[in-house]
Amino acid sequence: MNEEIIRADVRAWLEANWRVDYGLVEWRNKLIDSGWGVPTWPVDWFGKGMPAGLAAVVDEEFLRIGAVGVAKAGIRRLAAATLLAHGTPAQKQQFLRRSLTGEDSWCQLFSEPGSGSDLAGATTKAERKGNRWVINGQKVWTTSAHHADWGLLLARTDFDVAKHQGLSYFVIDMHQPGVDVHPLRQMNGHASFNQVFLTDAEVLPEHLVLDVGRGWAVATTTLMHERREADGVRNWGRASVGVGRIYDEERAENATVMEPYKWYPQRAGRVDLVIERAKAAGVNGDPVVRQEIAKLLVLSKSAEWTARRARAAQMQGKPQGPEGSLGKLASSHVARAAARVHTMIAGADAMLTGEDGAMGGVIAEILVSVPAGSIAGGTDEIQRNIISERVLGMPKEPRTDNDRPFRDVPKNLVG
Amino acid sequence: MQFSFTSEQEEFRSILRRFFEDKSPTTAVRRLMATENGWDRAAWQELNQQLGLTAIHIPEAYGGQGFSFVELGIVLEEMGRALVCAPYFSSTVLAATAIVNAGTEAQKRDLLPAIADGSCIATLAFTEPNGRWDAIGVETTAVSEGGQYRLNGVKSYVLDGHTADLIVVLARGDKGLSFFTVPGDAPGLTRRALKVMDPTRKQARLEFASVEALLLGEEGGAAAPFERTMIQAAACLANEMVGGAERLRESALDYANLRVQFGRSIASFQSMKHKQADMLVDVELAKSAAYAAASAAAEDDPDLPAIASLAKAAASEAYMQTAISTIQIHGGIGFTWDNDTHLWFKRAKSSEVFLGDATWHRELMMRAWNV
Repeated sequence: MNEEIIRADVRAWLEANWRVDYGLVEWRNKLIDSGWGVPTWPVDWFGKGMPAGLAAVVDEEFLRIGAVGVAKAGIRRLAAATLLAHGTPAQKQQFLRRSLTGEDSWCQLFSEPGSGSDLAGATTKAERKGNRWVINGQKVWTTSAHHADWGLLLARTDFDVAKHQGLSYFVIDMHQPGVDVHPLRQMNGHASFNQVFLTDAEVLPEHLVLDVGRGWAVATTTLMHERREADGVRNWGRASVGVGRIYDEERAENATVMEPYKWYPQRAGRVDLVIERAKAAGVNGDPVVRQEIAKLLVLSKSAEWTARRARAAQMQGKPQGPEGSLGKLASSHVARAAARVHTMIAGADAMLTGEDGAMGGVIAEILVSVPAGSIAGGTDEIQRNIISERVLGMPKEPRTDNDRPFRDVPKNLVG
Repeated sequence: MQFSFTSEQEEFRSILRRFFEDKSPTTAVRRLMATENGWDRAAWQELNQQLGLTAIHIPEAYGGQGFSFVELGIVLEEMGRALVCAPYFSSTVLAATAIVNAGTEAQKRDLLPAIADGSCIATLAFTEPNGRWDAIGVETTAVSEGGQYRLNGVKSYVLDGHTADLIVVLARGDKGLSFFTVPGDAPGLTRRALKVMDPTRKQARLEFASVEALLLGEEGGAAAPFERTMIQAAACLANEMVGGAERLRESALDYANLRVQFGRSIASFQSMKHKQADMLVDVELAKSAAYAAASAAAEDDPDLPAIASLAKAAASEAYMQTAISTIQIHGGIGFTWDNDTHLWFKRAKSSEVFLGDATWHRELMMRAWNV
């Protein structure tokens, strides 16, 4: 299987089959049947068994002809990847296709008020009662829970074994009376996440993923895909500007899925605005402002080039060097530096928000969104632990939560 | 821009690393730094005969190896790592690059082969006691008397200025800035080794009292080649600096893994792990900038002036911060003369300032980007 053959194959298939007057789901079903929707997946499950390195060729051909791909945005991709790895044939049958077509949408029920960085400390309880699993507990930071059909649920099935051994992983139906979704309002005014209260919510036995007590291994797969796609927000959600029924449907899908992410560019600091803002404010000649802008640009360019080094090494199939693990922490530094510079440039207007604020409130949104970046998806502190232990090989700190039944481990009162 | 090294370049780097570990252990560094010359001609000849490093980026037409600034950057990174005591930055980086940029075809054919084979040690004298790194600071004068140029003035912070065989001098005349060459033993030239903080890299003060000099390149035409030389040299120095910074970071990690306090390895304390993670971020980001600068220099990218200054600013901050943290992690022993950390600390301090500090280069970067 080489690049030219793949390119020729996918091009021929697209030229023969792609039409803009398809319905979105209709087209995606056709795509899934052909294997070109998820070519790196196994042949038995809608793919072509292609090596990951060649997937870019297929993407290029889709882009060239303007063809719509399978549903990618949001948690559904993590759900599909996790179930592909660990699901039963029946689970794959039930969930994979409808996730790829976009008919089913998903959310991730992992974090709890009592366990953030320490995800394996989850206390949401799953008990087997008759022919059902019964779930009680509270989840938080759940993106898109209010319109999700299914949830990826990490819950505790045994409090009398060590913490990581007592967890199990389920697929839960979000449309049931025991699932109560409340939006969580953030300090920047948006409500992109939810709290999910689970009160005697039910899960079918066949929706347990892998075995009882092996939930942590499954969750690790989901998290690995989440980290790998950490820059995914940049790749998804760019709906085509094309004209035709299928594009209209894709744009509508995107608008819904992307709504929670609309402030994410501000969260990253909007380095792109700094120079034009400084010129517009007439402070680009101020030596102090110039130095602060320059410090920011040195940092952001160095971080960008570090990411390019990591990508280049990956493309050449070299083992990942330290440069591949630093991106998350570096981007926190960039965002904070950008917020400081935006404040300097805005001057007194930095005290105002909305239409009274600088740039119609965009600058204010940067200032109150940046604190999220160094927390979400692994805090800076957890990133430093990961870097020091996995990259630098430093020892773990002594632990007191792994050597006893989870019941006896100190916990937060809220959990 | 190139974001990865070829397998040949990686192999070249590992050869250099083994070579310098063998030839420039800290015992050798300490021996040479205690001498007034600061380097040793026998060791220098070995360096050139075995690996031909002095010729690396000099074009083949002038006796060089014709490699690019990427390979030169690799040499410098490894030399910075091993703190090699040799007149390499002065002769190969500063003087040879200035001659390549400014010299006539005949002058390049005349001057470069001896620098390339290491038999001639050259340096570039541009800074003066006013400490400016740009041409505005040049007060040394060049006067033509009957076709013979004579130099008057004082140059300072001249790398290896007291031991160089050939000095390339930047001076101001009726027609503006020009480069000249002067032999190290020219009559009227008084050379004094300065007391430097970083004894692994010597500097000198040179007083020119009506010293006979030969014009290099076009009279009054040195401004552009000088600026170009400074930009390329900043890219080079950034690569040398990140080599030293990485070596310090590794030594701090080794020591933390070794040292036991309160009944456990200090490497197991979260305060130590987070500090080491931060050091890794600092060094890797500065390395990325330095590599980008070397690549931009190799390709003569139009954005090179900004990228080179960016890399020098990043390296100045990262090397110094890494040196400070490395001393801190070593604790009391890190403040002793016997511990090797101060050797790199002093190089970090000297390099932070040499060719312009981080503040200066950030401003140059902003100007290059028309902010």
